[in-house]
Amino acid sequence: MTVLRTPGGLSVRFRPRALAVGLGATVLAAGLGLVALGSGDYPMGPTDVLRALTGGGSVAEQFIVTELRLPRLVTALLVGAALALGGAVFQSLVRNPLGSPDILGFTQGASTGALVVVVVGGGSLALAGAAVVGGLATGLLIYALAWRRGVHGYRLVLVGIGVSAILTGVNGYLLTRAPLMDAARAVLWLTGSLDGRGWANAGPLLAVTAVLAPLVLVGCAPALRMMELGDDTASALGVPLRRLRLVLLASAVLLVSFAAAAAGPVSFVALVAPHVARRLTRAPGPNLLPSMALGAALLVGADLVAQRAFPGHQLPVGVVTGVLGGGYLVWLLAVERRAGRL
Amino acid sequence: MSTAVRRVATLPEPTLDATPTVTTSAPTVPDLSTAPPPKRRLAARAVGLLGAVALLVVILVLSIAVGAKSLPLADVWSGLLHHDAGEYAVVHRMRLPRTLLGLLAGTALGVAGAVMQALTRNPLADPGLLGINAGASAAVAVAATFLGVTAIGGYVWFALLGAALVTALVYAVGGGRGATPARLALAGAALNATLYSFVSAVMLLDTASLDRLRFWTVGSLASADSATVTRVAPFILVGLLVALAAARPLNALALGDDAARALGARPALIRGAVIVAVTLLCGAATAACGPIVFVGLLVPHLVRALTGPDLRWLLPYCAVLAPALLLGADVLGRVLGRPGELQVGMVTAVLGGPLFLWLVSRGRVAHP
Repeated sequence: MTVLRTPGGLSVRFRPRALAVGLGATVLAAGLGLVALGSGDYPMGPTDVLRALTGGGSVAEQFIVTELRLPRLVTALLVGAALALGGAVFQSLVRNPLGSPDILGFTQGASTGALVVVVVGGGSLALAGAAVVGGLATGLLIYALAWRRGVHGYRLVLVGIGVSAILTGVNGYLLTRAPLMDAARAVLWLTGSLDGRGWANAGPLLAVTAVLAPLVLVGCAPALRMMELGDDTASALGVPLRRLRLVLLASAVLLVSFAAAAAGPVSFVALVAPHVARRLTRAPGPNLLPSMALGAALLVGADLVAQRAFPGHQLPVGVVTGVLGGGYLVWLLAVERRAGRL
Repeated sequence: MSTAVRRVATLPEPTLDATPTVTTSAPTVPDLSTAPPPKRRLAARAVGLLGAVALLVVILVLSIAVGAKSLPLADVWSGLLHHDAGEYAVVHRMRLPRTLLGLLAGTALGVAGAVMQALTRNPLADPGLLGINAGASAAVAVAATFLGVTAIGGYVWFALLGAALVTALVYAVGGGRGATPARLALAGAALNATLYSFVSAVMLLDTASLDRLRFWTVGSLASADSATVTRVAPFILVGLLVALAAARPLNALALGDDAARALGARPALIRGAVIVAVTLLCGAATAACGPIVFVGLLVPHLVRALTGPDLRWLLPYCAVLAPALLLGADVLGRVLGRPGELQVGMVTAVLGGPLFLWLVSRGRVAHP
């Protein structure tokens, strides 16, 4: 822990290693973003991309970069950051390395909302709205069911598993109700995809992240760190546990739901990014900022792989994160078990 | 098996029930002072089992009679027996295979759930929740998409392979000795999430498999025909035999590894046998009907309230009542979903989910 003091009496505490990881991940995300902006049917070098971004270059180059590729990149960055932040908050709240929205049932709830729209019929805006409503409703339901003089980690996880099992059944059923073409569209959405994402997808997520990320990072992070010491210690230190949990849960659910509305429930980013962050920073606590940066880098990287891995065949980004995340998860389960942390 | 085990296994029931370690997964520890004497309890259990069989028979008849075209009982009877009856085709081609498949799959899932709960001492163990059905699904999805396997005869082998891999994995990674219910459930949920994201990825690659698999992954008896039944029956029967044979040694294992070893049982052998049984049961059931959750959770819990934790009674009850539940849910789905039908997997999820939540909310299982 390093403390930086200004002559005026202000002081900032930070861990050099965590700061380095956060900066490194940000640079990585920016670099991958530059590659993403420059790659495609019309390849461009990094200098051309930067020139187009700053208003130079030909009209065609400007159009390709700012109108076609930038919205997709911004959506990817935001979805990755929002999922990672939501996941980091969940994992910290339930004090379990596996307490991510994928496993707790929020993504299934968002999927149920979206599938209802697919079956009933509606545009992509209605689909996104329904995903947010579904995710929020599931969050409320799980909170209400797990509430018993406060919400505690393991009960929340188990209630989440139960609710997600029910919703998986409901989702499968809804999928059989749709005509085949709509079902294919729904499965694509359920996997998580960034194809054809424009400013209309990035906008709402940007607004939500702009409000909630500072709230969580600045307003709640210190208290969250104290909560990891245990409920008794935290309340002895003056943390308003119940209110804080509610605010944090609501923020995390909102972030995850809006991310799902923008790109579909991309699996495992929320689980993996905070983990990798914790391992890299070697710092206790929720590691919120490094997680966000890593999540953004992870999703942009996965999207690049998804577009490039099979030439002539674009995979949705969720396939890549699913395969990577699944492998990581199995490895993690084995390691955590051996270390007795799980 | 040594004589020592046999002697312990035939101890009077109250002694077994009163051992705290046996009841880790049981709702209550019976109060010895009010428990009826062994003989009367034996009679009560036997009568209860007969009642359960009667219930199953009623539901079997309902499952044949109720459907898109409901048949009066007399027609069901003549359709079953007489070649020339008008109902012969409906009964023999559609309703009877469907009912038999429900019987087989229900028994398989119920017994698999019961032995898994005993083996892992985990009240939340269920082949669906622990990812075993998802493992079978993932293997079937690979077979259907990449290897061009379309028939149930091919599915079975892949489903068994997938089920075996996940059973071993979830047990090695999240289970083993000293694993808490919550840990095991979490390991299962993690595997579930991974495998289902894999299945949907596979479905995306190929619209034809999507069309086939989206109906299969819900869990349904609708595609049953006599070939399916004869194909999965041997696997399920062998699995049932292994599970029933493991009942006594599993009872001994519930006392703890050291005690079981002292009684002459071989823990490693028992665990291996149970894993084989669970794999056969879940793999075959999943291949035939798709992944069905909560049957393996719900039935053993309800039954345990009637019989206590002794597996020699628990397993037969489960073997009778689980198909009753599955077929009942299937009939319910046919009635509620008219003119189409609700798939049975969806009905069991909606019925079984609340029970799971209730078990969790009682707080017995929520502590690591």
